[in-house]
Amino acid sequence: MPTGYSANDLVLLLPEIVLTTGLLVVLVADLFTGRSRQHWLGWLTIGVLVATAVPIVALSGHATTAARGLLAVDGFGAFFKLLFVLAAAITVLISRQYLEVEQARPGEYYFLVLCATLGMMVMAAGIDLITLFIGLETMAVSFYVLTGFLRPNRRSNEAAIKYFVLGAFSLGILLYGMSLVYGLSGTTRLREVAVALATQSDSLALKLAVVLVAAGMAFKIAAVPFHMWAPDVYEGAPTPITAFLSVGSKAASFAMLLRLLLEGLPAMAPEWRGLFYVLAVLSMTVGNIAAITQGNVKRMLAYSSIAHAGYILIGIVTATPRGVTAMLVYLMIYAFMQMGAFGVLALLRRRDVVGDELKDLSGLFFRRPLAAFAMLVFMLSLGGIPPTAGFMGKFWLFSAAIEAGYVWLAVIGVLNSAISLYYYVRVVVFMWMREELESASVHPSPGVAVALTVAVAATIIIGVYPAPLFELAEASAKTLGMAPRVLSLR
Amino acid sequence: MEGWLPIVIMIACGVGLGVVGTALSQLVGPRSPTPEKGAPYECGVPPVGDARERQSVKFYLVAMIFLLFDIEVAFLYPWAMALRDLGWVGFFQILVFFGLLLTGYIYVWRKGVLDWGSQEGL
Repeated sequence: MPTGYSANDLVLLLPEIVLTTGLLVVLVADLFTGRSRQHWLGWLTIGVLVATAVPIVALSGHATTAARGLLAVDGFGAFFKLLFVLAAAITVLISRQYLEVEQARPGEYYFLVLCATLGMMVMAAGIDLITLFIGLETMAVSFYVLTGFLRPNRRSNEAAIKYFVLGAFSLGILLYGMSLVYGLSGTTRLREVAVALATQSDSLALKLAVVLVAAGMAFKIAAVPFHMWAPDVYEGAPTPITAFLSVGSKAASFAMLLRLLLEGLPAMAPEWRGLFYVLAVLSMTVGNIAAITQGNVKRMLAYSSIAHAGYILIGIVTATPRGVTAMLVYLMIYAFMQMGAFGVLALLRRRDVVGDELKDLSGLFFRRPLAAFAMLVFMLSLGGIPPTAGFMGKFWLFSAAIEAGYVWLAVIGVLNSAISLYYYVRVVVFMWMREELESASVHPSPGVAVALTVAVAATIIIGVYPAPLFELAEASAKTLGMAPRVLSLR
Repeated sequence: MEGWLPIVIMIACGVGLGVVGTALSQLVGPRSPTPEKGAPYECGVPPVGDARERQSVKFYLVAMIFLLFDIEVAFLYPWAMALRDLGWVGFFQILVFFGLLLTGYIYVWRKGVLDWGSQEGL
């Protein structure tokens, strides 16, 4: 069908269509509701996300392509789309109270959160270089605006400018790499690229293309040495956006990276394996060591998220089905624990307290025992202590590395987990053992309460009973285009 | 690499033309500068003040909106030319495209960007 879309495409693209319609409704609804009824927008946004999740689940069993082969409709895409919708829903739930304290008008905020989600969904489903790039741009532009959403706040503005300049720069590098891939293979379809490149893996230009693509994506996942923007941007952005940025943007970039490497560039596996081996080791080590010295919890979590990007990169280095499965599992677990930790920080934002310094957490246990307990669970999980989900995630990643013969990578990962415990436990020490500071009281709104309950429950349940998530991730990883063929190349 | 030779020649010609032209006028051309000749050209009127003044941000907003709707029209021409071949599928696609831009228009209008007088919405 040369002229456009078939009726079948309308069904296969239903999640994207529902989300696009929904975000336009949210935008227009904001314009025609009065200031007093703005809180309905949050619930409308949640409704849109739920309505998007339904077709995602319904389509998760397919293994086909839509929109003339630009988007894949498979389990891998469905897994990530669900992750994004979930992260967006938690972001919206923890946002309302925060925005009220900051006296920001929520209108475009929810619209932009949905736009970013749409971009991520395209990134996870795209199997064409241009489609992937458009998805990445949609997400990135939304995040540039969201980062600077607190207009009177200087830190927020500074973060937005830094993120924009470095983001645009990294997109340029990525695009240069993509254009080289296109030039050498003569097509933008990843699956055709893989076939075209299978015979010419010795060309120097192709190596340059792999390096440029890897560098551009490493910016997006904040892997060392392309991480310099992350701490400043995470610190300055509104806390719920920091959460969404560190979970959604990172997971979407990993999804895109897996599509690019495993579907498009499997012939170059020896080259990108070596590259990401170095990036993984550097990210884990530098992220954890830098996190130790931070006094600001948002900065600390930023460095910790750099370290976590390092752990997750282990899955790419192995490039085995088990490694990819472990990446999916870890990203889902990471979504819950990281969103939860930022949710507690967003809750601490009050009239007179910024709530992101370590001392702002002092004595939290005595004021809000439940919030302190939630933070304890998230910190232990991020540190990888059983019986939390973080332990299961790390266990799978490291065992996948050992299975694939990367024993030293696993050893470095375990050593880094041990280092990271120091700064995660320090947060707990502040909550339990420090004197409470005089300040306005903390009152969780129903939205924040729901979000934190879900995050805590998921972190503990996955830690105790991880089998369903593993099976789901394993089934999803299998559908990753040419993965079986790639892996037989080893 | 033979296929690239014409491009290299073209680049060489382009650079060469500029360099030769500038160099020749520097070397050969007579020069008698006067203050009038050094001043920025402004249609014969003496220049007043500095060109780097602060403009109202509204100019940029209106320019951006113009660009958006300009591109919308630019898309409409090829669509109109190919209407018969595209059929109903193409028709509904352009309706979706219109719908998206219309939402943007409603947004711009309700935010007061088109309202030249007031300062609200900025």
